[in-house]
Amino acid sequence: MSAPQIVNAPRKSFWPFIHFVPRQTHFNFVGLAPYAAVLSILLVIGAGASLGLRGDQPVNFGVDFVGGTKMELTTPGAPPFAQIRSQLGAVGVDDAQVQPVGSNGTAIQFRSVAGQAPDAAPAFVAAKLQAAFPGLKVTGVSEVGAKVSGELIWGGIEALGVALGLTLLYIWFRFQLQFGLGAILALFHDIVLTIGFLSITRIEVSMTSIAALLTVIGYSMNEKVISFDRLRENLRKYKTTPLAEVINLSENERLSRTIITGTTALLALSGSVLNPASALFSLTATMAFGILIGTYSSIYVALPVILLWGVRRDDDEASAINFQTARR
Amino acid sequence: MLALSRWKIAVVLASVIFGILFSLPNVLPDSVLAQWPSFLPHQRLNLGLDLQGGSSLLYEVDTDALKKERLNDLQEEASQELRDAQIQFSGLSSTTGVVALKISDISQMDAAATALAKVGGVVPGAGREVVVTRDAVGNFQLALTPVAVQQGVRSAVAQSIEIIRRRIDLLGTKEPDIRQQGVDRIAIEAPGESDPQRLKDVVGQTAKLTFQMVDETVQATDATTVVPPDDQVLPYEEQKGSFIVVKRRVSVDGGMLTNAQQGFNQNNEPVVDFRLNGQGSHRFGQVTSENVGHRFAIVLDNKVISAPNILSAILGGQGFIEGNFTIDSANQLALLLKSGALPAPLKVIEQGTVGADLGADAVRAGVTGLAIGAALIFAFIILAYGLFGVFAAIALIVNLLMMFGALSMTQATLTLPGIAGLILTMAVAVDANVLIYERMRDEANGGRPAMAAADAGYRRALTSIFDANVTTMISALIMFSFGVGPVKGFAWTLSIGVVTSVFSAVLVTQLLIGWWFRITRSKTLPIA
Repeated sequence: MSAPQIVNAPRKSFWPFIHFVPRQTHFNFVGLAPYAAVLSILLVIGAGASLGLRGDQPVNFGVDFVGGTKMELTTPGAPPFAQIRSQLGAVGVDDAQVQPVGSNGTAIQFRSVAGQAPDAAPAFVAAKLQAAFPGLKVTGVSEVGAKVSGELIWGGIEALGVALGLTLLYIWFRFQLQFGLGAILALFHDIVLTIGFLSITRIEVSMTSIAALLTVIGYSMNEKVISFDRLRENLRKYKTTPLAEVINLSENERLSRTIITGTTALLALSGSVLNPASALFSLTATMAFGILIGTYSSIYVALPVILLWGVRRDDDEASAINFQTARR
Repeated sequence: MLALSRWKIAVVLASVIFGILFSLPNVLPDSVLAQWPSFLPHQRLNLGLDLQGGSSLLYEVDTDALKKERLNDLQEEASQELRDAQIQFSGLSSTTGVVALKISDISQMDAAATALAKVGGVVPGAGREVVVTRDAVGNFQLALTPVAVQQGVRSAVAQSIEIIRRRIDLLGTKEPDIRQQGVDRIAIEAPGESDPQRLKDVVGQTAKLTFQMVDETVQATDATTVVPPDDQVLPYEEQKGSFIVVKRRVSVDGGMLTNAQQGFNQNNEPVVDFRLNGQGSHRFGQVTSENVGHRFAIVLDNKVISAPNILSAILGGQGFIEGNFTIDSANQLALLLKSGALPAPLKVIEQGTVGADLGADAVRAGVTGLAIGAALIFAFIILAYGLFGVFAAIALIVNLLMMFGALSMTQATLTLPGIAGLILTMAVAVDANVLIYERMRDEANGGRPAMAAADAGYRRALTSIFDANVTTMISALIMFSFGVGPVKGFAWTLSIGVVTSVFSAVLVTQLLIGWWFRITRSKTLPIA
């Protein structure tokens, strides 16, 4: 990889900062592709291993997915929600939801309690809470089912499948088939790694995680199309230049855009990612990871697929480019 | 493209006004909103359960009704089996919690036992659903095993949850929580002060629709009139207080419907149009052609809503239901029929309010985080692009106004997943501007004069923006039409966002930059 070369950048003024972003860079993106391929394979294996080795808890499914216990409480005065939540955490209740009910009622929901059999958990929690909050009464205990039903999950997967299929067709129609296949492969890469990320960090997987995953897919798809668009334009402009060089040129041309857009997206999330107490923490942490992965996979999963397959240069026959050319 | 055409200015102004007008109710205090003239929008953004709480309903599956229904079916089957085996019987009933009957000829006891053993299904892993007992004088009793009853309740709850979800989804994107609680209860929570009565209307009705022939040979004056065992007495809704005797045999049931919608008959009264599936069309065609001139009853939840004469055979599988409907009640029945009948009636056993799922403190921290994020985006884009960054920031504000306006207008529910859609939209909106500005820099770098470079920047970035947003729109629309619950909410926010972000990022900045060129007559691009 050669150092970025700054060409023709007369110093104008301090602000706007864009003046400092070099207009032309000459990174050899394609040269790193074989290493990136190894990295991606290792990451996917890592994600798969984390999912496989956790047995029946591949990711940390919350009450939304697996159900749990619901206890209804009343307190003499206004319920101290924050203290109840921290008390629950202190006695080993996993991912407790504390929700106001009516004027002085509280509903708590949890999946399980560390070190307690499921049958004994409600009594254990009741005893601990009553000791900490005098006058607190438990008015009801019941098992609750999952919010996310089978139909919801399958409906979601079906919708996603159809959406990806149509996207593939659209990209095929606007670009070429291998562009679409590259994009879909890259998306699967992103989905697997994001689920792996959830598995390794043990972030609680709730309804919101579904949306986080969809957002990751959306951002990633946007990246792919922008990248393809520049490639298509340069393929028309430089008809005889080897594909690997056209890819390098295109990625260098859109590098400043990639950096600025990526930074903007991460900045939008930063306020919530840095505060674990925020309701949006798990959502934004997943999204931030997805933005990084989506940007990476545009360059190092989608484009290599196109490079290995080769492209049709207008009416010319498809020509496969081998990695020797690419590595040069 | 930088030419300031009149329509461009008009469209942008109109959208800004739209955005402000429809977003305004969200920030106005109630007292001001109450005095707001009625032609101005009043709707506020609906916040989801996870953000603001709402009303809750707890339902219980009516186990007795479920059991009774099943016994009714078994009675039907028993009668059929015995007739097939040519065994005479009497006293067939299912009123005492079991199906009871007496065979006439005691010598047929064993044959009857064999025939009755075929009645009912098998409970997975727990043998047959029905236990048959008999005495020495020909009395038989068919009872449901406790396991079968339990299994029935369990599957009724699971089915009910899916049907309720479908019904509420058809009402719009309200994003309720529906879950099982305990063995036979279903807890429903719906966001905001959304009308629990409306919710109860669509959830509480079983909506079991059947077409049965009217038995014109028997008249009933009240519900207790004794009728032949194959008949039943049902209340007649078109003439309140009267009753109709119908055949127990169901010709066509609601499960055979493929579609239902509100329509009008030739007298311009609201009716429910329906379409039957293949099997339903066939059965309906057969029954109506065999019974021309006779009446059939349209039965909804054990009440006859109308009993028209069959004028001619109805072969196409299409028809309509009349019966004192208003447009609203016809719409509601259509919705209920489309989403299917509940396997058993549901009883409300608790009704109340719940607070935000996530806790007010966590929601507040989340909102602060988002505000910080938004502030950082604005600061960054202005630092990066200077004056043009300010233009992009203004476009982003217009985008947010339009999004909030559109979300308030369509009364979509904003949940955390929806906020994820919003963040993605913001990022993509900024991306459109970045694409345009980077193109401008390329063009200026290539030696074009400032204004031509700016113009070319828009033109050439537009292909990328177009392709990227069409791709997003395809996914969003598919997820909206196929998806359920949170997927739908996310998709809706995203679709609105795609439209508003392309509009504001392309058109609003174009206008501002056009004005800027006209005022300054600049020969250089500030970002080049």
